Amino acid sequence: MIIKSIEDLKEVKEKYEPLIKQRLGHRNGLGLTQILVCSGTACHSSESREVRLELEQELARRGLEEQTRVVKTGCFGFCEYGPIVMVHPGEIFYCQVRPGDVRELVEKHLIGGQVLERLLYHNDSTGKRTQTIEDIHFFQAQRRIVLRNCGVINPEEIGEYIARDGYFALADVILHKNREEVIEMIKKSGLRGRGGAGFPTGRKWELTAAQDIRPKYVVCNADEGDPGAFMDRSILEGDPHSVLEAMTVAGYCIGANQGFIYVRAEYPIAVERLELAIEQAREAGLLGKGLFGTDFDFDLSLRFGAGAFVCGEETALLHSVMGQRGEPRPRPPYPAQEGIWGKPTLINNVETFANITVVLREGWEWYQGQGTSTSKGSKVFSLAGKIYNTGLIEVPMGTTLRTIIFDIGGGIPGNRQFKAVQTGGPSGGCIPAKYLDLPIDYESLKETGSMMGSGGMIVMDEGDCMVDIARFYLEFSQDESCGRCTPCRVGTKRLLEILIRITEGQGEMEDLEMLEELSYDIRDASLCGLGQTAPNPVLSTLRYFRNEYVTHVRDKRCPAGVCKALLHYTVDEEKCIACGLCAKACAAQAITGAPKQPYRIDPEKCTRCAACVAKCPRQAIQKGIRKDVADLGGEAGIYAGAGDTENRATL
Amino acid sequence: MAEYDVTGETHKEQESPAKVVQEKKDPLQEDHRSKQFADLDRVIGRYSRERGQLIRILQKAQEIFGYLPEEVQAYIAEKIDIPVSEVNGVVTFYSLFATEPKGKYTLNICMGTACYVKGAQTLMNALKEELKIDEGETTPDGVFTIKSTRCVGACGLAPILVANEDVHGKISPGEIKKIIQTCRKGESVDNKKH
Repeated sequence: MIIKSIEDLKEVKEKYEPLIKQRLGHRNGLGLTQILVCSGTACHSSESREVRLELEQELARRGLEEQTRVVKTGCFGFCEYGPIVMVHPGEIFYCQVRPGDVRELVEKHLIGGQVLERLLYHNDSTGKRTQTIEDIHFFQAQRRIVLRNCGVINPEEIGEYIARDGYFALADVILHKNREEVIEMIKKSGLRGRGGAGFPTGRKWELTAAQDIRPKYVVCNADEGDPGAFMDRSILEGDPHSVLEAMTVAGYCIGANQGFIYVRAEYPIAVERLELAIEQAREAGLLGKGLFGTDFDFDLSLRFGAGAFVCGEETALLHSVMGQRGEPRPRPPYPAQEGIWGKPTLINNVETFANITVVLREGWEWYQGQGTSTSKGSKVFSLAGKIYNTGLIEVPMGTTLRTIIFDIGGGIPGNRQFKAVQTGGPSGGCIPAKYLDLPIDYESLKETGSMMGSGGMIVMDEGDCMVDIARFYLEFSQDESCGRCTPCRVGTKRLLEILIRITEGQGEMEDLEMLEELSYDIRDASLCGLGQTAPNPVLSTLRYFRNEYVTHVRDKRCPAGVCKALLHYTVDEEKCIACGLCAKACAAQAITGAPKQPYRIDPEKCTRCAACVAKCPRQAIQKGIRKDVADLGGEAGIYAGAGDTENRATL
Repeated sequence: MAEYDVTGETHKEQESPAKVVQEKKDPLQEDHRSKQFADLDRVIGRYSRERGQLIRILQKAQEIFGYLPEEVQAYIAEKIDIPVSEVNGVVTFYSLFATEPKGKYTLNICMGTACYVKGAQTLMNALKEELKIDEGETTPDGVFTIKSTRCVGACGLAPILVANEDVHGKISPGEIKKIIQTCRKGESVDNKKH
């Protein structure tokens, strides 16, 4: 049907509401069992699709398809324990369900009416299994506002979005509000751009609305390029209509009739869901000509990123949307003044748009009350790295890192020490343990030398070398530098060379000063955000982990045991049982030995691939500092120990 | 020991089936080629009406041809009436576009931070060692290409290897051999079909 009024929306809502309410815990006597299967990228990769198909087949075999419905949903966020399957009524939360488990699940739960204990979440610290989502600590400490539909609705069904009050805000705006009023609401809400820099969203809308030139465009930046960040992808996969609705509102407010979603081609599921969502919205008359019977037209089309990190920068993104090389240009003019085809263009990030629908639904007064004094609302973070519960979380601004990492994230696996958390991707920095209790918002993260970025959080433990991490990010920035401006193109290359030198044991103490000086130059002189923030990983690791750099340079040692050139593998002759497995595993033929004689590793031939370490049944192969380098270093042996304690003290 | 297996198999595939296919296929291949260009014409017809769809056309062209040789770039430039330099500029700017043919299986190791801290580099080394080629290269038999990719956003499953479209999560260097073997099996089955 074509939706023309709020009454039409209500009609759709009524139809789908009972289904949704049951999923939210209402025992509304629906006479229907709903099985929700997560279909986000992470669960998809661990065979959630196969689980779903198997479920459908098994239900058909048992003649249960009438009273049971299998529903695809977006990401629950609990990616570590995927694929997730949830059964309603009862809100039973099953983890790591394999296609092979389906039969038992159907037999025991659906036919037998009993919970299948073995697939429930197992809480390692209490040793107990828990039944529902509310029992899991990971979810208890979160406040899912932007993600409220992820894991609840079927993203491929527009009716379910409407049942969650979707498109009501759009109807209200188009039918009852003028654009100034709406922009004022966004401004008052205090919402800031979730792409990283935190520019006030309402200001941006106002600037674009004030331009007299037509046509204007709305662009959604879904070019989520930060390694380790997957918030935007999850929103697009789990709740695509929230972005569509907000973009249409934006179009109405700034006076645009065309929008573009610039999405990474590497996100096939997100692309598929977006295409479907746009199609469904068009069919329902929520995109296209004369929305809600007014003369306001708005339509959307997708544009694909083709693998260039710099395209996340807004001026580069504009070029890419126009099908050109994604190179940035100087600002001003800002995209609000001169964007696509030289016309005023509003660019917001996926999560920002998802927040717009929240502001409109809940009211700016409510939104203003969330978060900290400078940063309102909540923030979605993707947790990854050395942490128990990798996944997607949402917390109010101002939550401490400790809560996120140790409470929600469950801490560091394997009894290892927390070393740092990296936020903001290649533009951010590493935050050490001393800031764990810092309430995080845009300003506080900036003060630590990192930044909010798009919301990726990578947790690192004592086994990660901070010099190597800085090198890793510089390699990324250098590779992704588009080459347009010299400070970024040449500067990052020189920075990387110095870092490589240090990780290979060729560094000098002067290199550390050079790193800093060069970093400041690149930061100040680069054309766009990529270059301006590229030195951040170096500066922040130098600031908090300087002694690690010093240990690399002066003692030729890598305390974390990561930098290969500084490693040396030896066989502990006491432990060696001369089984010869290590020699067989060695691709470089660096290990020699004879029966009943301890084996030996030739450091000249050894490529430090550690294949032998994995093979040794007695853990007789040990990692240590390179003897030849240590000899050159003279006092290295003494420093080696000293460096170690020094380093631990900072942890 | 495993190395011998691999090289042995490589030789086998290189010598027999590939040659046979080549000789037999010549007229067929020409036919195939013109079909590819016909497909490309349809893509251009569909997208060139809209402004700024060059990237989409190139993506579709790469789906058709597997990569973007100069011939295809020039063809597109002429059809949509823009300088070939502009097309080439776009092709060389974005990492998704390839100007060299890729192997039947592209093995992508995710080099996002989450995968990196969970040992993606070791995986990459193991993969290079196993296939005896470097990153960005294709095995002589045209079966495998090794690439590194930016974050695929499935960090919960780190470290990740993407074989064509299939995402393999939480893998160890040992499992790489298995994945390669599975691909090879698929390959030999396909060859027999021809």
